[in-house]
Amino acid sequence: MSFINYKKREIILKIVYYGPGLSGKTTNIKFIYSKTNPDARGKLVNLETQQERTLFFDFLPLSLAGLPGFETRLHLYSVPGQLFYSASRKLIMKNADGVVFVADSQRARKDANITSMEDLEENLEHYGVSKDEIPFVIQYNKRDLDSKMPVEELREDLNPGGKYPDFKAQAIHPEGPGVFDTLKALVKQIIKELKASQK
Amino acid sequence: MLSGQVIYEEEHDRLEDICDRLVEDALAKAIFIVDKDGQLITGTGETEGIDTTSLASLVAGSTAATGGIADMLGEERFPVHFHEGEETNIHVSVIRDSMILVVIFDERSSLGLVRLRVKRAYKEMEDVMDSLDEKRESDDNEGPDLFGDISDDDIDDLVNDTFG
Repeated sequence: MSFINYKKREIILKIVYYGPGLSGKTTNIKFIYSKTNPDARGKLVNLETQQERTLFFDFLPLSLAGLPGFETRLHLYSVPGQLFYSASRKLIMKNADGVVFVADSQRARKDANITSMEDLEENLEHYGVSKDEIPFVIQYNKRDLDSKMPVEELREDLNPGGKYPDFKAQAIHPEGPGVFDTLKALVKQIIKELKASQK
Repeated sequence: MLSGQVIYEEEHDRLEDICDRLVEDALAKAIFIVDKDGQLITGTGETEGIDTTSLASLVAGSTAATGGIADMLGEERFPVHFHEGEETNIHVSVIRDSMILVVIFDERSSLGLVRLRVKRAYKEMEDVMDSLDEKRESDDNEGPDLFGDISDDDIDDLVNDTFG
């Protein structure tokens, strides 16, 4: 749910990166941070443990240039993949405008992906929405690893029928293929949906 | 369908007034009002050098975690939490489960004074929240025209321009 401040004439959209532990949510956000114009981005808040697991959340504010009237800002959050951080997850999921599901392409993470997707559905249900009602995209990350599953198999597990836009990515690669494609697809969906909801 | 959490100009000004008064009465360094989802509504005082957007997000996160602790201990909530530092302290109170009042103070003030002044501000803040609720209800589905006549192609261009 967007946050509109008439006084400051700004609208804030909350985007959540969801997925199993160590699937690359933080890496996605760090890559976006590194490739964004410093004037258009805020400070990256990165709360992670020594094992590179997000402890609480990652948070990155970004400005979207050029929308008339109101300034539009994106707040990117990543949700800790570990199942026990439910208090912070609830905060982050609450009023999300759109969700990116970052799946781990490695075969060993097949079950973790499916469990995380089910967990996401439950979390959204808690707030009375389903995946079909909010902008939603899926990213198959870690395509550079030899142990990766074919995209068809991931799709069968996580996106049967190809209902949601999905992207292959290598967030850890210096060029981060797929990372901005994923974000762009989601932002477009969110703005189109917001525009439609005003009619 | 998406519908926004909205802060109108009038209520924003009233919240700003409350902050301005409280920062003086409580001898505070800075005061912020944050939405429970982590959006900064307004802030006043010595805010320079503070990354207010991130602060708002982290305060909401810490409030959510404190709520998780309360739940584990069988408490419905801990409406107030306080962090004491060497030089700077932060007093956080949740008002009516939807807004968070954050008071940052140093040796110029004391916890007792902050507590006292914050309690007095509650009532005023609740009045503002009532007025906001009323407006939001009567304003349902009548959101602002944020995007004018921009087409889907314009949106594509905009996003492509921003992110290359």
